[in-house]
This record gives sequence, C-alpha cells and structure tokens, in this order.
Amino acid sequence: MEISIKLNGRSIKCDIDPDMLLIDLVREHGCYSVKRGCETSNCGLCTVLMDGKPVLSCSMLAARADGHEIYTLEGLQEEANEFAGFIADQGTEQCGFCNPGYVMNMVALLRENPDPTDEEILHYLAGNLCRCSGYEGQLRGFRAYLDYKKSKES
Amino acid sequence: MITINQYVRAQSLEEAYELNQKRNNRIVGGMLWMKMQRGRVGTAIDMCDLGLDTIEETDEEFSIGAMATLRQLELHEGLNSYSDNAVRDAVKDIIGVQFRNLATVGGSIWGRFGFSDVLTVLLAMDSYVELYKGGIIPMEEFARMTYDNDILVRVIVKKVPAKVIYNAMRIQRTDFPVITCALSVVNGEYRSVIGARPGKAVVVRDEAGRLKGGINEESASAFARDVAMKVHTGSNIRGSAEYRTHLVEGLTLRNLMNMGGKC
Repeated sequence: MEISIKLNGRSIKCDIDPDMLLIDLVREHGCYSVKRGCETSNCGLCTVLMDGKPVLSCSMLAARADGHEIYTLEGLQEEANEFAGFIADQGTEQCGFCNPGYVMNMVALLRENPDPTDEEILHYLAGNLCRCSGYEGQLRGFRAYLDYKKSKES
Repeated sequence: MITINQYVRAQSLEEAYELNQKRNNRIVGGMLWMKMQRGRVGTAIDMCDLGLDTIEETDEEFSIGAMATLRQLELHEGLNSYSDNAVRDAVKDIIGVQFRNLATVGGSIWGRFGFSDVLTVLLAMDSYVELYKGGIIPMEEFARMTYDNDILVRVIVKKVPAKVIYNAMRIQRTDFPVITCALSVVNGEYRSVIGARPGKAVVVRDEAGRLKGGINEESASAFARDVAMKVHTGSNIRGSAEYRTHLVEGLTLRNLMNMGGKC
C-alpha cells in the first residue's frame, strides 16, 4: 500500500507492507537515531514526534502515519543542539543508546512547557529508560540548561 | 509479533462493524497491547478517520470518543475538574507520555484488562459505553460482558454530583499496578472500585450502610474491612492474594480518610 508522510520537513511517498511499523519506515529513510529497544513499548528509545506529539514509533503502524508529519532527531538538530551539550556535560551519555529518545522527549516537553519544575521533568521523562546513569544526570543536565536559558533571558 | 494482511481506514462505523464480523479481522486501537501478541490478522481496521478522537463536554456529560488517547484524558481540564483530578491520577503513571499519546480509551476499555487503571477510575463514576449495535449500557454491565464483535464508539461520563479519589500501588512507577483502588460517592452512594486484583475491576457498594452517618475512623475502617472481605484477590508475579487483600483494605481506608475532608 502507498502512503504519504512528511518526514523531517520533506514530503515522501512510500510503498509499505500493512504491518510495517513506523520505526522501520523512518530507519529505511536514514533516520538511524530512532532505535529499537525493549519491544514492549516501555523504553522510549524509538520516540518520534507525530504532528508535534511524542509517540513510540515501535508500536505504531506506519500506515497510521499516512497524511501526518513525523520528526526524528535528524530533523531537529538545531533545536536539540541547544541543550544536548548540557546533558553530555553531566556525564549522562555513558553508552548513549537512550539519548536520542531522551532528546526527542525533552524537545516535546519544552514545546509544551518551557519552564518545567523538576517534578514535571521527571514525570514527562518517565517513559524514557536509561540503564547506565540512574536518571539524576539527565535531570541535572536539563536543569542546568533551563537555568542557563533563564539567566540569558534576564 | 502479529502480521497483518490488509490495513483499512474505515470511513464509517458501519464499514468498521461489517469488517469486524470476520473472525481474523481486528480493530486497531493504540496497538500497544496488540503489538505484544502473536498471530495473523486478516484486516486491521483503523477508526482514526471517524472523528472519535475528541472529548466533548456538555452541561450533562462528558463524551469521550473511542480513539481519544489517555494523554487527552490526563490533560482534559473539565474532566479533571469534575473528578478532582482522579482521572489524571489514574493515568499519569501508565508508562510515559509517548505511550499515553498512543493508547486509546476505546482500546483500554474494550480490553477490560485486569490491570486497567482506566477501567477502575471510570467504574467509580456514573459512566456508560456506547456500542455501535448494542447501544448505551452502564460501564459496570459492559465490564461483565463477554467479548463480541460489536464496536465501542464512545464512553460517557454523566455529570452527576460526585467525588472521586484514585489510588494505586505500584512496585515501581510506570509498571503495571499491583492493585488499583478508586473511591467515589456518586449521587450519595459510596462505591469502592478495586482492579488489578489481578482480575478486572469490580465495584463494591456500601450495602451495610457503614458510611450512612458520614466518614470517621470507625465507619471508614468498617467499610474498608467489608471491601477487603468482598473482593476476591489472586496471586501473580507482582504480589500474593494476601498482600493484595491487605492493600485493598489499606488503600480503601486511605481513600476514605482523604475523602472525609472533601464531603
């Protein structure tokens, strides 16, 4: 079956199998930041934005994305660059495998809530699992970025 | 993993219903649970084009489309104001935001899953489901029904005078609950709803009139004991039947004491 989606700002038409998952579609189109992790819809590694909302691409049929706009980290480099360094500065990226999923969800959080509390950050990122860092580093990095942003604005 | 031979976006409820009569065809909700299953699906029927992805509020009720997501439930101001945030409390620990942006109300309710936070909190309110052929029936009746080939169109929550409190025990945040417990007083009637027993949620009413004179430590303890005695619990990897029964009593008591300040 043929579908049309907008992937990272570019309109594409694809011939897909009815049971193809969105993760496989975006990876076929070179978006290797999107990773397969738990296979149980728990880890958040495969997070992409569909019409601006974070979703698990490992659990969604590519066919349902027909007519929608999908963004992966490859298409959000500029937006992500702003704070990814702050996360790295905390030594959070030990193996780095979970990082693209984290960054995608952080982008979504910041768009929805530009000044989140620590509790709101932890709540929003609860669907992103990291088996290296224990989560404190991500929180510290994100907090450092928010503080930096505030100091720049004032 | 399941395999799917054909994918159809139904253009009407009738088309979805007709397709759903064939045994190996399946309605696709959020696909989160279906994805975990094995087998071959003939036609995956997607209702995403039918405009069922909204929550509408009138003076009398909330109408929640089957394709509305759990995230929409979490963020809906009217529904959360009406339920004292019990709806938000019930869904906020279901995996993560990305998951809740996909999981549908229809999928959660149709499955009548034992672990369902959503079914538990909705049973605590004056709620109904609308089935395409079966019409509007109380949620409690729907929860007891056997699976058939009808289609869940929407969930209705009547805006009757009510107070609702939701509590659940999880070993770890975002995991399946060990027990779910909602307490409500709907039109003056107290109900405690217990799910993840691990069976599907059941409603226990105050038939003995323990709370007739209001909520105090004595009446709350008596009702909590009643609930724990009436609810059948079982054991699984997350907890034993005895532990669950202990939690039922504890959480019901906690909900009652918290509600005491709200009545």
